[in-house]
Amino acid sequence: MANDEKKGFLSRRSPGVLVVVAFIVGIVFWGGFNTAMEATNTEEFCISCHEMKNNVYKEYKDTIHYNNRSGVRATCPDCHVPKPWVHKMVRKIQASNELYHKALGTIDTKAKFEAKRAELAQNVWDAMKKTDSRECRNCHEFGSMDYTKQGRRGMQAHQEGFEAGKTCIDCHKGIAHRLPDMHGIDPAVVVGPGTAQK
Amino acid sequence: MKRTTVFGMALMLGSLALAATATAAVQLRSERGDLPVSEELGHAPDIQQYQKDGLPIERNYLLQPPLIPHQIEGYTITPKFNKCMSCHSWTKYKEMNATKISQTHFESRDGVVLANVSARRYFCNQCHVPQTNARPLVENTFKPVDALKAQ
Repeated sequence: MANDEKKGFLSRRSPGVLVVVAFIVGIVFWGGFNTAMEATNTEEFCISCHEMKNNVYKEYKDTIHYNNRSGVRATCPDCHVPKPWVHKMVRKIQASNELYHKALGTIDTKAKFEAKRAELAQNVWDAMKKTDSRECRNCHEFGSMDYTKQGRRGMQAHQEGFEAGKTCIDCHKGIAHRLPDMHGIDPAVVVGPGTAQK
Repeated sequence: MKRTTVFGMALMLGSLALAATATAAVQLRSERGDLPVSEELGHAPDIQQYQKDGLPIERNYLLQPPLIPHQIEGYTITPKFNKCMSCHSWTKYKEMNATKISQTHFESRDGVVLANVSARRYFCNQCHVPQTNARPLVENTFKPVDALKAQ
């Protein structure tokens, strides 16, 4: 009955009114969708479903991206969720795999996490390499860098790196979280012949 | 059993008494000065910033661990990764234009040469430290030997 009434209401209006109604509904829907999407981009929301509170999040709190002289903070999504819409949606859908593993408890202990850490870190490095460190460059754009304000080492390394076509993640690994056992990547950076405890 | 307890207690009391006389004899001066702990110092000492990034610092004596002429904030050293070695290792020092790690760091304490950095030399900032321009707490008139003086 109510359905019939609604049908009647719409059919009695001109197409112009229908367009306006659709427009308003669209705004409300899109606004709601966006608000919900933004809500999933908050730190509390990330921590509530991803396995991170006692490992990577804790480590991040010791780093310059959390606490620094000027008070600018990069939170989880600033580095781990793309800003462009399509890439953002893709990343959000991929994230559901992480929720599945949260439910399974795949990395819910320190031992389990450390055992998988190299693999998980490699996934992020690969993703960043593929996008030319897109998320880093939201704030750290090469073109905006003033080398003369950088330290002696940074000035040299940045110019040589960009010249060689390197991207941020090629050098800046483990800046916001601890690194995995790096023996496989450079044996010289680990004590002994790769005997680091798991 | 009981006898040992009594003996132990006597020993403890004895050493306590000894310690008490020793403290009374030596006049200690606190780094705070004569101000009682209950009172505030009035001002906090200035915060010192580490030297940001500079050229190697001259050594003052033979076998002195070289000082670190740059900031090391956030440079972690764990059994899985040593940030210092990502520039100062033999594989990287040329590319990074850094001082290379000394060969002495590859020896075990028994003098056996190892294939990688020895665990006893792995934690760099046990000996190598960054510098601030803080005023020295006490006057120091140390002069390097002639052979190490910068010309």
